[in-house]
Amino acid sequence: MKENALVIHPRDNVVVALRNLAAGEEVEAQGVEGLTVLQEIPASHKIALRDIPAGEEIIKYGEIVAVSTRLIKKGEWVHTHNLESKRWRK
Amino acid sequence: MRDITGYARKNGKYGVRNHVLVMATVSCVNGVINRISREVPEAVCVPHAFGCGRGGPRDTQILFRILAGMVHHPNVGAVVLIGLGCERSNTKALKPFVEKAEKPIEIFNVQDCGSVQTAQKGAEAARRMLAEISGQQRVSMPWDKLLAAMECGGSDAMSGVTANVALGAVSDWLVEKGASVIFGENTEMIGTTHVLTRRAKNEQVAKRIAEMIDQAEQRAKDIMGPLASWVISPGNMDGGMSTIAEKSMGCIHKGGTTVIDQVVDYGEWPTGKGLILQDGPGYDGDSMAGLAASGSQIMFFSTGRGTPAGFPAVPVIKVASNSRVYHAMVDDIDINAGVLVEGRTMEDLRAGMIDHMIRVLNGEKTKAEANGMDVFTMMTTDPPF
Repeated sequence: MKENALVIHPRDNVVVALRNLAAGEEVEAQGVEGLTVLQEIPASHKIALRDIPAGEEIIKYGEIVAVSTRLIKKGEWVHTHNLESKRWRK
Repeated sequence: MRDITGYARKNGKYGVRNHVLVMATVSCVNGVINRISREVPEAVCVPHAFGCGRGGPRDTQILFRILAGMVHHPNVGAVVLIGLGCERSNTKALKPFVEKAEKPIEIFNVQDCGSVQTAQKGAEAARRMLAEISGQQRVSMPWDKLLAAMECGGSDAMSGVTANVALGAVSDWLVEKGASVIFGENTEMIGTTHVLTRRAKNEQVAKRIAEMIDQAEQRAKDIMGPLASWVISPGNMDGGMSTIAEKSMGCIHKGGTTVIDQVVDYGEWPTGKGLILQDGPGYDGDSMAGLAASGSQIMFFSTGRGTPAGFPAVPVIKVASNSRVYHAMVDDIDINAGVLVEGRTMEDLRAGMIDHMIRVLNGEKTKAEANGMDVFTMMTTDPPF
C-alpha cells in the first residue's frame, strides 16, 4: 500500500497529508481505515482523524499543539481557520 | 555488522575519527591555516572569524570553551594550534584549557617568526603528527561511549513530518542502546515547555528547561518585538503549521521521546547519560559548534531547503525531508526521508538510517566529509568592537 498520509503518534487526532489530496480521496496511512477527506488538503497539512468538538485539544506528535474553535468533522482540514493557539487564551 | 569501533582515548572517551586538527586561535592567522591546508590536505584545518575584538565575559567564556572543545574532541588525535600573539584567546591564555587533553599538541605563534615560517613549521608538525597517529587502530567501542547530536536547518514544511520524525526514531533507538543523544536550538523549543519539562528526569532538570525556554523567548522578544514568540510566519502556515507549539514540536521531535537527563550550557560537556538538551542557539553553524564542543562524535542534520554544511572533524549525516531537495543536492545529502511519501515505512527508513550511521561510525565518509564542506563558526552575544 502506498501511503498518502502519516499518523505521527498513536495519540494524535490528526493525520498529516504527505501529498496534496483531493476532496473525496481515501486516506492511506498505517492505522487509519475508512477516512475520506472532505475537501482539498495541501501536502504537510492536517486532517481530522475523527470528529473534534469545539474547544477540544488538537494532538499532533502526541502533544497538544492547539485547541479547536468549532466542531471539526472527521476528514476535514485542520488549520488556522478552525483552531487557535492555547497561548492566545492566556 | 552491528558493532561500532573507535579510537580509545587516554581519558576514556572514544573517537570515531582520528584527525590532526590545525586550528587558528584568531582570524588574523587564517592565511597561515589556509597555507597549511594546501600543503597538508589530510589535516583538518580550521580558520575562523573569532579570537579577539569581543571582550564581554560571556563571549570570552564561549570562545575559550569552543576552541578548547575542538582540541579535546575525541575525534581529534593530535593538534597544531596557530596563534598570533596579542589576541584575546592567545596560546598562553588558552594553554590551561587545553593542556589536559592528553594528546600531542604543538603551538606556534606568528609574531615569533612571521606567517611563512609559521606555516612551514605548522605543516611540518601536522605531517609529523599524521605519521605519529597513523599507527593507532580502531577497537571495539561500547555504545554508551557514543554521543550523537541531532540538528535541523534550512527546514521546510516536511521537516517536522518526515526527516525530524525519522531523526527522533533514531534518537530513541540510540538511547535504548545505551548511547547518548544531544540537541540544542533553544529558540526552536519556544512553546513546548509543557512537553519538555514533563519529560525531565527530575524537578531540577525541569526547572532548568523552563528557564532556558523562557530566556530564549525573552531574547526573541527583545530582538524581534513583543509578538515574536507568539506568531509564526505566513510561510510556516502555508506549510501546514498552525501554532508556535506545532512548529516547535516538529523541531524537538528530532530528539525522540525519551527522558531528558540533563541540560548543558552551550559547548559544555555533559555528565549525564541518555537524552541531553543544550542551551544553544538555532543558527545551524553556531549550534553545530556547541554540539561538537560538547563532545558529540557524530551528527544527524535534517534539511528541507537543503544545506551542504558539515563540521570539522565530525561526520555529519544529512537527511533530506523531501525527494526534490534530495535529488537536487544528491552530492551533499546522505539520506532521503522523502521516501516516506513514496511508500516506504518509517520502520524501514529508520533501519536504513541506523545501518548508514553504523557504517559512518566505523569510518565511511559522509558526503559533507568527502566534499570538505566544513563550516566553523560560534555563538556570540555582543557585537565586536
